[in-house]
Amino acid sequence: MSKDSIRLHFDIPGDDFTIAGEASSGVKKMLNQLGVDPSVVKKTAVAMYEAEINAVIHAGGGVADVEIDGEKIVVTIRDEGPGIPDVELAMQEGYSTAPDNVREMGFGAGMGLPNMKRYADELKIETEVGKGTTVVIVVNIKRHEC
Amino acid sequence: MKVKEVIRILDAELLVEGEALESEVLAACGSDLMSDVMAYVKENVLLLTGLVNPQVIRTAEMMDIKAVVFVRGKIPGQNVLDLAREKGITVAATKHPMFIACGKLYSAGLTGRGVRD
Repeated sequence: MSKDSIRLHFDIPGDDFTIAGEASSGVKKMLNQLGVDPSVVKKTAVAMYEAEINAVIHAGGGVADVEIDGEKIVVTIRDEGPGIPDVELAMQEGYSTAPDNVREMGFGAGMGLPNMKRYADELKIETEVGKGTTVVIVVNIKRHEC
Repeated sequence: MKVKEVIRILDAELLVEGEALESEVLAACGSDLMSDVMAYVKENVLLLTGLVNPQVIRTAEMMDIKAVVFVRGKIPGQNVLDLAREKGITVAATKHPMFIACGKLYSAGLTGRGVRD
């Protein structure tokens, strides 16, 4: 892979939960085309997908920016939703504020942020109540010796 | 165990042929919570679920899950099947409930499970 970075931008629509995941799917496809190690692709895809779902569930959508260079993948998901009052609490497995209709879709079990942390090499959450949340997921690309 | 063998054991109806019929699955995951599915690391895994919405296929896509069996006689909508077809994911449906479906596969030797980090 070249040293030049690749930037991708996606709008995450907030009105239709059934199409959530399109952005993550697009990134996964791109990483596969670039020949990134499958385990790295999977980590990135799952962490981003959870963040994308969260933006749809809690914030009425948002935007995703992805930067890929030879060293790492940086996924930034921004929303203008209600913010997270207590991030430490939100990081606990099982803690959820998702409504019932989201649970019926198989999410909202309080695993989203823990899963992001599990798969990201680095996870940053900037949030302000009433303003929104920005989640930055960094996944390192394995360096293969030639 | 091959995916086509899974379908036979579960008396399942094949809904989308996909690319996995001849693939080997080494483990299975039975869950209606997609975030729980994503909490476990596994390879060559089969997903059994009673949830029938497009996020099942999205979850399978992200997790590199090549085959999905819907349990309890649930049949997903055309949009779900279309998405699976697009992603090359094999989809089948069985009338057996989750417990029986998992039990049948386990008894037949599919005993692998995911590992949690």
